[in-house]
Amino acid sequence: MERFRTIIKEVGLPRAIITAFLMLLLALAATYQIPLVPLLGAVMTRTLINGLFVLAMLPAIVSGIGPNFGLPLGILAGLIGLLLAVEWNLTGFTAIFVAMLTGVPLAAVVGAAYGWLLNKVKGSEMMVATYVGFSFVSLMNIGWTVLPFRSPVLRWPIGRGLRATTTVADFFEKVLDGFLAFSVGGFVIPTGLILAFLIPCGLVWLFMRSKTGLAMKAVGDNRQFAEASGLNVNKYRILGAILSTVIGAIGIVVFSQSFGLIQLYEAPMFMGFAAVAAILIGGASVRRANVTNVIVGAVLMQALLVIALPVAGKIIVGGIGGVAEITRIIVSNGIILYALAQVGGGD
Amino acid sequence: MSTQPVSTPAVKGAPPLGLQDTIKKFLLDNMVTVLFMVLCGLGLWVSGLPFSFVISDLLLRIARNGVLILALLIPVMAGMGLNFAITLGAMAGQLAILMVVHWGIGGVGGIALAAVLATPMAILFGILVGKLLNQTRGQEMITSMITGMFASGLYMLLLMVMVGSAVIPIVNPEILLGTGVGVKDTVDLGIMSRAIDDLWAVSFPIAGLAGASLMLLYYGSKFIAKQATGSVQAQRAGVKLGLIAAVVIAAVSGWLMTTDSMLNMVMVPVATFALIALVAIFNLFLITTKIGQDFRTVGQDQHIAKVSGINVNRTRIIAITISTVIAAWGQLLMLQNLGNLRTYGAHEAVGMFAIAALLIGGASVSRATVGQALIGMVLFHTMFLVSPQAGKALLGDAQLGEFFRAFVAYGVIAASLAMHAWKRTMATRKRLLD
Repeated sequence: MERFRTIIKEVGLPRAIITAFLMLLLALAATYQIPLVPLLGAVMTRTLINGLFVLAMLPAIVSGIGPNFGLPLGILAGLIGLLLAVEWNLTGFTAIFVAMLTGVPLAAVVGAAYGWLLNKVKGSEMMVATYVGFSFVSLMNIGWTVLPFRSPVLRWPIGRGLRATTTVADFFEKVLDGFLAFSVGGFVIPTGLILAFLIPCGLVWLFMRSKTGLAMKAVGDNRQFAEASGLNVNKYRILGAILSTVIGAIGIVVFSQSFGLIQLYEAPMFMGFAAVAAILIGGASVRRANVTNVIVGAVLMQALLVIALPVAGKIIVGGIGGVAEITRIIVSNGIILYALAQVGGGD
Repeated sequence: MSTQPVSTPAVKGAPPLGLQDTIKKFLLDNMVTVLFMVLCGLGLWVSGLPFSFVISDLLLRIARNGVLILALLIPVMAGMGLNFAITLGAMAGQLAILMVVHWGIGGVGGIALAAVLATPMAILFGILVGKLLNQTRGQEMITSMITGMFASGLYMLLLMVMVGSAVIPIVNPEILLGTGVGVKDTVDLGIMSRAIDDLWAVSFPIAGLAGASLMLLYYGSKFIAKQATGSVQAQRAGVKLGLIAAVVIAAVSGWLMTTDSMLNMVMVPVATFALIALVAIFNLFLITTKIGQDFRTVGQDQHIAKVSGINVNRTRIIAITISTVIAAWGQLLMLQNLGNLRTYGAHEAVGMFAIAALLIGGASVSRATVGQALIGMVLFHTMFLVSPQAGKALLGDAQLGEFFRAFVAYGVIAASLAMHAWKRTMATRKRLLD
């Protein structure tokens, strides 16, 4: 019993519960003879295409601005890059690179302004970030309607503005997924996609060990102490915001090419919440995070969502349409609440 | 209206301000509200909507949302910020009304029963949220927002998966889906529809006259009381203004009755407005009680409150609980007016819209009054009403107007949260430097 307790303490209660729940789901899936291989394939793809959003949380948490609920800012910048690539009729890797080359500088500028704002509201970053994100998503609703994109692929055939979803099949669908992909016993390994997730993870891991990264960590750990030792706290926090926003922009490019659609309007609204939940599931807190948390969290979160659906379909009679959605809402918001209560003012 | 300390120079004994300075100060202090007044005015003008239509629609929307916005006031007073978790109250109301529909009880009795059933649920939810917010001191707003979404997930689990299954084995094809499991997306409240609104409705000018006489009574008695004590000049001016407004409203209403204006056809749901007024009065009354004073003390400084013997945690839980219960009743008023329940969506935007309205009325994270709630309601709903038409007239696209109003709702919350946090960090820095 005692040993059991120490294990729970080490893994963390929520992760223990989620892992146990996942085991239960897997056991049930096996019992109901749901084929597991395609499920695992789906888990892998979804982990890889959502992984960069989770990675985007890391610099924000480490620099002390906390989980980046304002991730939609980066996503919007990336979306503009993607739209430009389609507007200019680019295909394949060129399109992906151009989308990143236009999206990333935009994200950097937005991220700098965002970081500046967050420096003014220390202590309330999460709430301000959430609503700044919401505001920009709704502002860009106007943007998507009036921006002068000409491509008929992007625009509604009749009426005004850009389509809510644009298919990228003719442009760059699955360019990364297909890159160096190979098949092992009917199980396709999307090498390009794996690299697109792991290379940024590695870069961030290296960055955290650089002089700048360590300084950023010091700022996030203890602001007063960092300030006293002569570090420019605000500068490192802005850097954290920029990195987070930029990774978010790259993330949506990777996501959209695999997903096959560019989704505008309300789509980016809640993407930040899912990413926050994932890194917290991975073992991060609102003050501490590392690359392991990112990878573990991304896998656990997607595994849960992917496996819950077919299992629920076997158990529950009738309306299972909402089950994946319900699981996502309860798990992701539950874990965020748990993390918030951990910081707790207590008393 | 408010009894919160207001730092007007006049009270502090500074030299009296000239008229120009007074106007300037008024505009600066009420920047948001004034800006929205201008926006709404322009919108009304551009949209070209007939005045009687605007008034009748505005009355409808205020009747719907009035109580929900008032539910926000007490947590603000207790220093817990804007309670995004009033969605939990709304869910309590919805669960209660579903039970009543299931039992097939209609009319005012049905609504009353729903209110009775919703109350214990709302109290329970309020206590749980309060406990959680005590664990997350300093991050109350983000916590209450996430709690709202989390609870929404549990609510969906209950109504989509459990109701009709072995867990809650009810059979009712009226409210359940064809499979017998899960509640329909939209449930018709037919038998309870407009039960309270239709209790007693009078035409707009008559309601105006009634309102004016109530105002006359209120401000008149206040005027006499002030005369007796010789109270502060500024407050007397407020009373005089109220008296003048009452006379003007009475005169306009009387004049309207002699014309054949469409406004004579607009009906005002008196019972609904009376309930909204009751909740407003309850809020005002609460401030004068012991627990109301505790809310304020806790809101100003938790440490001082604790030292002076107040149970801070308990006080905060009570504040959130009251707010949740009021929200549950508010949602019932909204639902009876709409006449149907969007089972999985009716509660979702409740918190955000109420909060945006309150902020547009000039409230902040740390200060909100009944007056600001009233002004905010009128401005917010005017904006909602005119935006599509104004968008169409200005840009040839009603959709743009709708996007614009959503942006304004989010933007005003973002700006006001940021302003508040900004002011607080500056105050902290100043205190540290001193």
